[in-house]
Parts: sequence; structure tokens; C-alpha cells
Amino acid sequence: MDFGVVVSNFGFLMVQGFLGFGNFVGGTLRLAIPAIVLGFILGIFIGLGRLARAPWIRIPATGYVELFRGTPLIMVIFWFWFILPILLRVPLPEYWVALAAFVIFEAAYLGEIVRAGIQSVPKGQVEAATATGLTAAQTMRHVVLPQALKNMIPALVTQFIVLLKDTSLASIIGYVDLTKAAQIVNNREIRPFELYLFIAVVYWICTYSMSRFSRRLELRLGSPMGGPA
Amino acid sequence: MQYQFDWSVLWRGQSAQWLLQGILTTLEISALAWLLASALGVLSGALRTVPLRPLRVLATFYVEFFRNVPLLVWMFFWYFGVPPLLPRPVQDWLFNHGAEFWAGMFALGVYHGARFSEVIRSGIQSIPKTQFEAAASTGLTVAQAYRLIIIPIALRLIVPPMTNESLNLLKNSSLALTIGVAELTFQTRQIETYTAKAIEALTAGTLIYLILCLGIASVMARVERRFAIPGLIARVGRAEH
Repeated sequence: MDFGVVVSNFGFLMVQGFLGFGNFVGGTLRLAIPAIVLGFILGIFIGLGRLARAPWIRIPATGYVELFRGTPLIMVIFWFWFILPILLRVPLPEYWVALAAFVIFEAAYLGEIVRAGIQSVPKGQVEAATATGLTAAQTMRHVVLPQALKNMIPALVTQFIVLLKDTSLASIIGYVDLTKAAQIVNNREIRPFELYLFIAVVYWICTYSMSRFSRRLELRLGSPMGGPA
Repeated sequence: MQYQFDWSVLWRGQSAQWLLQGILTTLEISALAWLLASALGVLSGALRTVPLRPLRVLATFYVEFFRNVPLLVWMFFWYFGVPPLLPRPVQDWLFNHGAEFWAGMFALGVYHGARFSEVIRSGIQSIPKTQFEAAASTGLTVAQAYRLIIIPIALRLIVPPMTNESLNLLKNSSLALTIGVAELTFQTRQIETYTAKAIEALTAGTLIYLILCLGIASVMARVERRFAIPGLIARVGRAEH
């Protein structure tokens, strides 16, 4: 065992692989952060759609969630990898393929978090808002969503942890994230044990510290949505 | 759009056979990994409650380390990283007996064992303390209380999140393609490579996963309803993947 290989390639692994600065368009964080933000925005619509009274909104939204929750993420990535170039008629860089796949896929899970968050707001709040003369849209925007958002925060942090781990799958289509960076170094150095253990520790430090943070938040905010992180 | 659909690629040539083999391999690796994960989940869950600190620390370390690192990294670690450190005869045996299958099964089982452990723990923790107190006050012994009250409730509480986690295991078995296990996703890619018909091949693969997942989920939902205790609806766990 020789962990010198980690020291001599530390810059490439962390700066290029993890953060995404360097010769490749890559980086774990550069994929994860836009994916969670855009996924959440789409997730709000999916979550609201799941709760809509009109069946022509509710049924497609439910179908969306069931479809993506029943499909492995790697399948979704392959779909985008093959379909997007056919539809757009231009070859697309790995970054955009991966980002599109993650946003669409995570929105199904984030939509469920949004739905549970909205359902966790007591009915009396809606009734009170209606009684003061707010319209349904105003009630949603000014009364329900602000409270629901607070209840969603711990679950959102947990989902971000899941997403951060999932970004490793982008390496399969050649996107240079932390996992791919370790593969690149390993092809040259043939030190799989040391390299994969090192990136496991890097992932662990990020995800574990976030899960502690999420647990603390849950204790501070109280957890009306329940469930483990 | 210039894409020409040709759905017959799914049954012409070897495709159908490949898909069938893929389904069988996916089910096989998932079933073995599920057994390993259940054993590890129950063991580490139990060890986290014993009054011996080193054992508790060990079990906590296992759960927190293995579930917080991407499964893909574990696949590479167990397939590329660990075998070179094993004694020569063990290496030879492994590589003559489908090392990628065993490494993939092991990675999947150890990763999900850590996640099962959390599901089981939160299930048991969500049983109200009053159940224990009520059992004691009606004169049941501890063993009777567990056998007649606690375990029947715990099993019911654990079924929904365990179903969810088991489906995650099934879906995650697709990552074994990265180390060369010929499971369903691998075979889907193979059909795509041989026929250049990506949409048809991916549709077949996606539909098979959906049917497997929705099928298992609906059977388990029926089990859940069949054994539900009226008035005790405390769903634990949350959908993750």
C-alpha cells in the first residue's frame, strides 16, 4: 500500500475532480449544485401537480413520479445520452446530458418532498387564509408555501446528500467528476485500493457532515415530516 | 427526425435471449445481495443497542461510513481495489468463478446492509413507549411483550420502508454493469451496441425495471393492507433511491 499516489495527484483529484476547475469540463460540485437548484424548482411544480384537484394535472404528475421512481438513474442517464443528440441534432457535451438527466430524475423525488411538505401544513391555516379573503393562489404563495418550505428543509438537505452521491454516475458517460478523476489517475498509476478508498473518504466527509447538519436542523425546527435522514 | 424505429430488434437474433439472461442476472444478484444486506442490517442494528461500547462504535462506523459513500465507488473499490490484496490462490479462484459478479453482489449487499440497518432502527424506535408500558401493566412478561406486542407492531411498521429500500437495491443493481456484470442494463446496452437502436433497447430495459418495481410494490402494498392494524398508521422512512 502506498498512499503517496494520493498526495502526488491531490490537486487533480480535488480541484479538477471535486470542484471542477481545470482542463476538463467537470467537477462533482459543479454538477450537484445546479442540479439540486433546478431540480427543486421543477419539483415544486411536480409536487403541486400531485396535489391538484384537476385530474388532467394530477394524473400526469403522478405518472411522472412513478415513472422515474421505478427506473434506475443510470437508465435515465443513458436515455438522455442517446435521445438528446437525436432530438437536438447536435452532439451534446457530457455536462449538459448529465445535468438534464439529474434535474429531471431528482425532480420526481423532490416533488414528493414538496408534496409532503405542503401536506404537513395544518388545514386550519388554509381555512383561516380563505376566511380572510385570500384567493387560492395567494393562500398557496403567502401562507402554505412559506410554512411548507421550513418543514421541507431537513428532507431537502438529505436529498442533496443523495444527489451528491448520485453524481458519481455521471462518470459512466465520461463526465470528469471525482470518481472519473480517480479512474483517470488509476489508469496511469494502477493503485485502485488507495485511490478508491481516498475518494470514498472525500465523499464521506461531505455527506456525513451534511447529514449531521440536517439532523441538527431537524431537532431545531422540529420534524413534522418525520422519518430518518 | 431521421430516426427509423425498428422494434423487431428486440426479438430478432439474440436480443430476447440477452434480455432474459439480463433479467435473471439482475434478480440473482439482487436476491443474494438482499440476503447479505438483511443479515448485516439486523446484525449491525442489534449491535448498536448492546451495552459494549467497542461493538457499538464498530456498528455505527459501518452504518455511517458505508451508506454515505456512493455505491459506484464501492463497486470499483471491491472489484479493482480489494482482490489484488488477497492471497494468490483466493484471487485465482475468484477470477475463475466470475469475480465481477461476487464483487458486485458484495458491494451491493454491504452498501444496502448499512441502509437496511437505519430503516430497521427507525422502525423500532417509532414504536410508542406506551406500548411497552401497557404490555407490562397487563401482566405480560418481557418475552411475552416482545412476542405478542412489540415484534408484530415492529414488523408492520418496517414493511413499507423495507419494501422501498429493497426496490432501491433492485434498481441499484444496475450499477454492476460498470464492473462488467451482465445484468439487465448491461444487456440493454449490448442490444444497443449490436443493433444501433438505442430507443428500442432502452424502452425495453426501462419497461422491465418498471414492471419489476411496480409489481413488487403492489404485492407489498396488498401485504401491508392485509396486515394493517386499524388506527395505527405510522409510516416511517422516506422515499430515497
